[in-house]
Amino acid sequence: MNLRSSVDIITEWDIVAARQLGRNEAKEVGFGTVDQARITTAISELARNIYLYAGKGNIEIKQIAEGNLKGLLVIASDKGPGIPDVRKVMEDGYTTSGGLGAGLPGVKRLMDEFKIDTVVGEGTTISATKWLR
Amino acid sequence: MPQEFKRQYKEILEQYTLRQTEHNLYEGQNFSKQLIQKNISPEEVISIHKASLEEIIPDLPEDVSHSFDLLIEVMIRYGLALKEHQTLIKKQENIKMEMELAANVQQTLLKTKVPEMSGLDIGMISVPVKEMNGDYAHFLSDETSVGIAVADVIGKGIPAALCMSMIKYGMDSLSGAKTDPIIVLDVVNRIVEKSVSDSMFISMFYGRYETTESMFTYASAGHEPPLFYSAKNNEFTELQAKGLLLGVIPNVKYEQHSIVLEKGDFIVIMTDGVTECRSKEGFIEQKKVMEIIESVKEESAQSMVEYVFHKLEELQDFEQRDDFTLVIFKKM
Repeated sequence: MNLRSSVDIITEWDIVAARQLGRNEAKEVGFGTVDQARITTAISELARNIYLYAGKGNIEIKQIAEGNLKGLLVIASDKGPGIPDVRKVMEDGYTTSGGLGAGLPGVKRLMDEFKIDTVVGEGTTISATKWLR
Repeated sequence: MPQEFKRQYKEILEQYTLRQTEHNLYEGQNFSKQLIQKNISPEEVISIHKASLEEIIPDLPEDVSHSFDLLIEVMIRYGLALKEHQTLIKKQENIKMEMELAANVQQTLLKTKVPEMSGLDIGMISVPVKEMNGDYAHFLSDETSVGIAVADVIGKGIPAALCMSMIKYGMDSLSGAKTDPIIVLDVVNRIVEKSVSDSMFISMFYGRYETTESMFTYASAGHEPPLFYSAKNNEFTELQAKGLLLGVIPNVKYEQHSIVLEKGDFIVIMTDGVTECRSKEGFIEQKKVMEIIESVKEESAQSMVEYVFHKLEELQDFEQRDDFTLVIFKKM
């Protein structure tokens, strides 16, 4: 079993490929339809951010386990401009899409764990985990 | 998926597929209350529906079954928007609570006691339109003199309220009730000019009444002119005094005038919350305000200001638009 796979995000179509990869892995872990939809929505959001703000980057999907707990880890990384004010982008209602309930706060809500590493001028790496319950 | 909800929902759905009664629909609606209370998101509800339906109708066509997966996908963002909405409401509640605390602090800070003077009846009312008051009324008094400052920051809410604290600071630095109105305005103007941005405008009126001579001396920094009612002539006149708004330039020459009050005469000092009241037909004219005041001229000064407020509130259909401050000095 290939436990680690990734998709490069260069064009908008790669967002669909990243979703597809995420869905396949989520199914394999055993997530139900609703959680699959949540995970793929989070992947969409992360991939779209890369496409829109960094130009290109990578979405990596990993099946993980901790004790008896199985889960899926999504890592979105880019070498884009970075985020100058993380607190601001994590604020509800900040997303430029204007209260469409997505953006990074949305990703955080859809997943169980969320971590963001960003350096202005160097890039951003966001890791988000969903655990199977 | 919470199993208990699924069991309940399946039961309701099963009944409804058999008989499409209003009763069954009503049950479904009541069930949604529970779902909302327990924070069950829209996509989960659809998933519950799909699973229940598949159990009730074992040979459900596959394409129908698939269609729910699309619907789940579509609803994910609704669920997110709902959660975001809930968080924002909580945030708003917190802000509101902080505002109330701030309003309390302001009230304590700007508290002024209506002094008791022999031969002079004083009434005061100040009602903010939002939590924070952009109007300011403050009394200074000793045995024989009473000073009244009424100020109005153009604008409402928190910025206006913060500005008010500065006027309070200026007033506190004065030596007492005997200070000349033009000196009071000059001191406050210098403080405001130094510390306020050019976009903030404050109008202020200061008047001082001396009981020994029954004399009212006043000056104004671009404030609404007070009304003087002469009992002998049974008429109102405006107490005009030229002067620039506070904080525009440091050296302003204010005008100072005096007037002697006879028994039954009174002076009405107000902010534009009083003069710019508007009803459906447009602005309530000054004449109307005078009529209202005159109709209760025999009452105590406090009853008068309260009556005027309620009457104007009524004329505006109880929609107060601006901070409202009214002070009456009546010679007894």
